[in-house]
Amino acid sequence: MSSQQIPEDNLPVVQETAHGAVEGTDDPFADPGLPAHKPRIQDLDERAANRSERAVAFMFVLSMLSTVGFIAAYVIFPVDKIVYIWPFGHVSALNFSLGLTLGFALFFIGAGAVHWARTLMSDVEVPAERHPIEAPAEVKAQVMADFKAGAQESAIGRRKLIRTTLFGALALVPLSGVVLLRDLGPLPEKKLRSTLWAKGKLLVNMNTMEPLRPEHVAVGSLTFAMPEGLEEDAHDFQSQIAKAALMIVRIEPDDIKDKRQRDWAHEGIVAFSKICTHVGCPISLYEQQTHHVLCPCHQSTFDLSDGARVIFGPAGHPLPQLRIGVNSEGNLEALGDFDEPVGPSFWERG
Amino acid sequence: MSTETTTPSAGQAGQRKAPAGERVADWADGRLGIYGLAKANMRKIFPDHWSFMLGEVALYSFIIIILTGVYLTLFFQPSMNEVVYHGPYEPMQGIRMSEAYASTLKISFEVRGGLLVRQIHHWAALIFLAGMFVHMMRVFFTGAFRKPREVNWLFGFLLFVLGMFTGFTGYSLPDDLLSGTGVRFTQGAILSVPIVGTYISMFLFGGEFPGHDFVARFYSIHILLLPGIMLGLLVAHLILVFYHKHTQFAGPGKTNKNVVGMPLLPVYMAKAGGFFFLVFGIIAIISAIATINPIWALGPYRPDQVSTGAQPDWYMGFAEGLVRVMPGWEIVFWGHTLNLGVFIPLVLFGLVLSLPAVYPFLESWITGDKREHHILDRPRNAPTRTALGVAWITAYFIGLVGGGNDLWATHFHLSLNAISWFVRIFFFAGPVIAFIVTKRICLGLQRRDRDKVLHGRETGIIKRLPHGEFVEIHEPLSPGQLHTLTAHEQYKPVELGPEVDENGVKRKISPVQKVRAKLSKGYFGENNQIAKPTAEEYKEISEGHGHH
Repeated sequence: MSSQQIPEDNLPVVQETAHGAVEGTDDPFADPGLPAHKPRIQDLDERAANRSERAVAFMFVLSMLSTVGFIAAYVIFPVDKIVYIWPFGHVSALNFSLGLTLGFALFFIGAGAVHWARTLMSDVEVPAERHPIEAPAEVKAQVMADFKAGAQESAIGRRKLIRTTLFGALALVPLSGVVLLRDLGPLPEKKLRSTLWAKGKLLVNMNTMEPLRPEHVAVGSLTFAMPEGLEEDAHDFQSQIAKAALMIVRIEPDDIKDKRQRDWAHEGIVAFSKICTHVGCPISLYEQQTHHVLCPCHQSTFDLSDGARVIFGPAGHPLPQLRIGVNSEGNLEALGDFDEPVGPSFWERG
Repeated sequence: MSTETTTPSAGQAGQRKAPAGERVADWADGRLGIYGLAKANMRKIFPDHWSFMLGEVALYSFIIIILTGVYLTLFFQPSMNEVVYHGPYEPMQGIRMSEAYASTLKISFEVRGGLLVRQIHHWAALIFLAGMFVHMMRVFFTGAFRKPREVNWLFGFLLFVLGMFTGFTGYSLPDDLLSGTGVRFTQGAILSVPIVGTYISMFLFGGEFPGHDFVARFYSIHILLLPGIMLGLLVAHLILVFYHKHTQFAGPGKTNKNVVGMPLLPVYMAKAGGFFFLVFGIIAIISAIATINPIWALGPYRPDQVSTGAQPDWYMGFAEGLVRVMPGWEIVFWGHTLNLGVFIPLVLFGLVLSLPAVYPFLESWITGDKREHHILDRPRNAPTRTALGVAWITAYFIGLVGGGNDLWATHFHLSLNAISWFVRIFFFAGPVIAFIVTKRICLGLQRRDRDKVLHGRETGIIKRLPHGEFVEIHEPLSPGQLHTLTAHEQYKPVELGPEVDENGVKRKISPVQKVRAKLSKGYFGENNQIAKPTAEEYKEISEGHGHH
């Protein structure tokens, strides 16, 4: 980079002799060289070495016994047997025994090997030379000459037409791969803008699977609803419920602060999208007294008595409200789809 | 039969027949040239230090993940086709779920040992990421990323990032309520990307969320694409470790031109090989006694259901925290929505994550040092680098606190609002405080080293002098200790030189050079490092009044 522009003498001092390679014994900080090897008890006493050998062998034997135990546990314990083991509580007997026996079988091989290395193998430290990673100048010169010769023989520098068209071809060919990705999915179009809700669709209680009636919705309770006609075994159930899920609460009409919200409600029964406008978690915690709902994922909190505006957390806009009414049979019905996209924001949302 | 008569002649002339192992090796050498490789590597020297094991933990966890992962693929069905559960696990009877979730239940409750292998797989994944994280810290704080190891640092960095995404895609496969919520979160974050967000989402999920494709797609990414790249990077990483030879700390007999330690065969073969079994054994024992990701307690994923206390795996918690505490800024203009409340955390996550990748190049630009470095720095001897590293980790963990804000709130009876504001403020202030504190600690430790060199080690023995004064006896350091404590290099700050050249004409100094000089001063200027004792200082003190 620009370091070349800075005067040479201001570069950090190159301390060639910083490590080792001390010129004289005059320097109190000189490298005294590798310290002498300190023998271990096993190096001096054959009996201690034999003890270490037995310890290593003992660990290897423990490993063998553990493997036998693993096979035995596999055969003995039924897969669904639950036992109480302090302090772990009720655990699967098979998982517990298999895990411990496998664990010990492996652990003792490792412990034995490490003990062997530490007590019986030579622990004399020896130096090995390092060599610079950079190639010597003559090697570099040779490579450069070879490259030049190769490039010259290919005539790539001289025949510019070949070079240019080759780069063009290589740059274009990956496009085929990119094009092939097109069918990974459909284009967004207006898909995120609409849900299954439409005028006249009944609100179905997700607990009872019955159409909701105003008298079923009590003050202080939170009800979840989905549009009639959406069956749990439908092929696209998951994708549809991800947009259509609905929260129903009843609020005293006088307590509703937002005028449009009151108009879109039926006798204080309000229907809001259950899908958080932050990143799309389903909202599921409701505080009766304040009519606040909380998304348990990122704690966005919405005030359902005030147009579901965001009162806390990272959500950026209120929950969309569904306009509802009552049909001739006394069931709650939607008076149309949401008038804005549900769920998290996106570029085309507007 | 005729061959039998000819063979003895070949083995004649008193030649003994080589043992079987040697003959196999000869055969292989004739085809693969293994003797050449073995000559260079069999007795290769590796230095010894506890911190060099951290990378091994990551390496062995990766092997364990591959072994257990292959086993899991034998039973797992990467399909989002809906089935009704009729297996042995009572609470799920008659519940609709994807085949992915049903087969994970089967692995957990019907395949003998399946639960164990699943838990080993998940625990090993967490330990893999944690192992890489602390290994990277070791490399960072000791300056092991310097020339010639910058490329290997990048390989390691990529392994960490790819490991995060491999972990995330694997975590999503069982299609349970918790992981599905995590996928939904990801999809919401993707939607926040300006212009292309909805397209990426549609293409990734094969249509609207959740669709029927993501489990199968994540499956091929999780078991083939990402691990394939990681395996390649890992091999390259290890080849470079061998090629560069391992770094070592300064000490008697250790120079920048040698490596001091014990040979691969037998010591490191036994130690490293044994360590693999220790890591595997300990993970198996953890998996026997500690449940991880009990998907049966969560239920299958439904986009309209959620559980409280939803948490990602630890390595994603930082991103989660940023998303949780970010104010919900949305800008609507010309019929478009810019969802900054989600997009800024997404960008910030990428930026913070990529800082470590850039750092080696930044530091070498500031120092202007083009030499190879094989002697590790003690963190105290590079105060600014150490302080920057601690600042980064602080930001990371403050983010992690934000990611668990609900757990902090419920466990410690704190207000979510207070936690949010704490994270918002300390995501910026925390690293600054950490930087200052760390740097001061480093400088203090440098001063202590200096005192130790000049005045010796405090023995704790108090001597009373004849006139009643008490003094502590300081024991002079051994030559080895003196060398170790003074072996580190100290840079001088870059200077811009005079404002005018010899002809009195104002020199042109580019802003880039000015920034570099400023940074260099911040690294190596006055009060940013403690000058190490010189031989003259030492001699003056030890010869002048050596008894003190």
